Amino acid sequence: MSDSKAALVGWGLLPIVLLTVVAVAVTNTGLLELLRPAPPVEEIAFERVSLAPGEITIQVANGGPDPVTIAQVTVDNAFWNFSIVPAATIPRLGRATITIPYPWVEEEAYEIALLSSTGVTFSHEIPVAMVTPPIGLGFFGIFAVIGVLVGVIPVALGLLWLPFLRRLERRWIHFALALTAGLLVFLGVDAAEETLEAASQVGGAYQGTLVALMGVVGTMLFLKVLTRRRLHKEGAEGRMGVAFLVAIGIGFHNLGEGLAIGAVYALGNASLGASLIVGFMLHNTTEGLAIVSPIAKDSPTLRTLMTLGLVAGVPTIAGAWLGGMAYSPLWATLFLSIGVGAIIQVVAALYKMVARQSPETVWTPLTAGGLMAGLVVMYTTGLFVAL
Amino acid sequence: MSGKRTMTRRQMLARGALGAVGVAATAKAVGAAEKLAELEPSHDPNTASTVGVVTNASVDPMTFLEEFDFGRVSTLPSGQTLRTFELHAVDREIEIAPGVFFPAWTYNGQVPGPTLRATEGDLLRMNFHNRSSHPHTIHFHGIHPANMDGVFEVVEPGETFVYEFVAKPFGLHLYHCHTVPIRKHISKGLYGTFIIDPKGGRPPAREMVMVANGFDTNFDGDNEVYAVNTVAFAYQKNPIVVRKGELQRIYLVNALEFDPINSLHLHGELFHVYRTGTSLEPSDYTDTIMMCQGERHILEFTFDEPGRFMFHAHQSEFTELGWMGVFNVVDVVA
Repeated sequence: MSDSKAALVGWGLLPIVLLTVVAVAVTNTGLLELLRPAPPVEEIAFERVSLAPGEITIQVANGGPDPVTIAQVTVDNAFWNFSIVPAATIPRLGRATITIPYPWVEEEAYEIALLSSTGVTFSHEIPVAMVTPPIGLGFFGIFAVIGVLVGVIPVALGLLWLPFLRRLERRWIHFALALTAGLLVFLGVDAAEETLEAASQVGGAYQGTLVALMGVVGTMLFLKVLTRRRLHKEGAEGRMGVAFLVAIGIGFHNLGEGLAIGAVYALGNASLGASLIVGFMLHNTTEGLAIVSPIAKDSPTLRTLMTLGLVAGVPTIAGAWLGGMAYSPLWATLFLSIGVGAIIQVVAALYKMVARQSPETVWTPLTAGGLMAGLVVMYTTGLFVAL
Repeated sequence: MSGKRTMTRRQMLARGALGAVGVAATAKAVGAAEKLAELEPSHDPNTASTVGVVTNASVDPMTFLEEFDFGRVSTLPSGQTLRTFELHAVDREIEIAPGVFFPAWTYNGQVPGPTLRATEGDLLRMNFHNRSSHPHTIHFHGIHPANMDGVFEVVEPGETFVYEFVAKPFGLHLYHCHTVPIRKHISKGLYGTFIIDPKGGRPPAREMVMVANGFDTNFDGDNEVYAVNTVAFAYQKNPIVVRKGELQRIYLVNALEFDPINSLHLHGELFHVYRTGTSLEPSDYTDTIMMCQGERHILEFTFDEPGRFMFHAHQSEFTELGWMGVFNVVDVVA
């Protein structure tokens, strides 16, 4: 018995042992040098750009296969004085901070380029220069206010549609649920596009697209397993499960949105246009409607409603903090893809809920119209913010 | 150096939200108007430059400035002077700005190639050996037979070609590779100055050679680094010391690729211009001279005041990307 067990372990380990031997042989015989293309592949990602009076600070990461040496820095096509820590040569997966004393002018645009020792340039544009508030109480406070404005308040306002929904017939509730699905599909596709774009900015070594895949699939599976019992329950408990799932899905989505807000800020892209916040709020109010649609016929307590609202809205604040402090395309890809996975799972749950309540057919003129109406509503409110 | 940038819907959303952040933050950080000065400190002319020193350039800019190759001189039975030059095409990596390396193609391992100098009427024999990995030629500007023009007689790697012609007319010429693609062969570094002195010579002066050039380090069809004599800001970091009252003569050659036009502007003085150096009478008296690709001028001037005077391209972009230097004018020590 124990003999056969040892044999089992032995056979299991054999390929791994042999692989190790081959790997050591390849790395120690100089074979790699032969296989390697002559010029090094250089990749540098700008992770954070912050502006202080008379000074620009950049944090960069090397996401490529080879070390990169930053030899010179230009600002708006002029070589400029700079210092770099910990070293000018950034190892693979390493980071560095570059400080440039520069008399930048508020609200003007700047292009910063790094010139590597092999002459490769990496450039980053600051579209509108303004002072970056240092990370501290003020930083957290400002983003908390922003998060409440664009995340928490709109969702809470949307929840107030509950009494209205309650007075509707079942088929109009289904219209509202389909509308919800439409809103979510729109947000999901939007987030998917953002995910792939963030993934494309991730250094090659970090495999952004595959991180996105893991985020999407992982979140779907996680929510599926988490809600496997509750969603199958009949009646109010099952519907409340769907409502929480919607809130969680929207929460993840808002985390990604907050991250984007923080990230734009982290990369020095903060710009004027406060009126757009109003459009942003309008856009997000529909999220509250989405949360209460499944429980329209039930009588949730105020406490439950508040919990739902906070689950959906508060992640905006956390996302903004995270994005502002430690933005990287890699984290953005991960969080955005989590949002995508959550939305897919939520839409599936909504479909099942309607299907259970109307066994003949899910697709009626009202549900089909509701889905399309959801897409149109998002598109239209989107116009307000895409000025 | 141009970049593509698109803005997505999410970024627009984020930007809208950030308006408030920006306004609040700016107000907090800058506050009162008296702090505005901190945002725009007085501009130190020394900050627009590279950081560090160049140690592996193919030429020492200070040496190259005043170095002339007169060839191996002998006299033919006819009494004519024969000058024999040895030129090799060599691939070599050169440092063009501190820490920035460029895979150059060179004449004699240096960019610019050696400054060849002869007197009008001399017989010139240029032994050209191609030790590079690519086919090259030497195309001389000036008057010579068609088969000495360095265009159709491509010299393959490992081969040798002898260019032989009589030096004429006197003036400031240049030589460069003319193998296709020409832009690539010139921008990689295959060019140099070719001076033919008039038989009677020119008035005594302190003579300098300045080859205005640039380097497309990322091969995007645009120069990342500009200079005279290859090393960006070389004469800014090490000003050229000149004597007050002494006649200065610059042999200025434009070997820049990609940008159609280059220029030189001198501070604190004006110079006499001898266009292409083919006349002994100046054609202009100015402080800024424009040059198309391949154009060159002899400039003569004398500083009357001591101190530091800048010279640079008057395209400010070129200036701040390396084409800038300083003359340090000193009183003659008694």
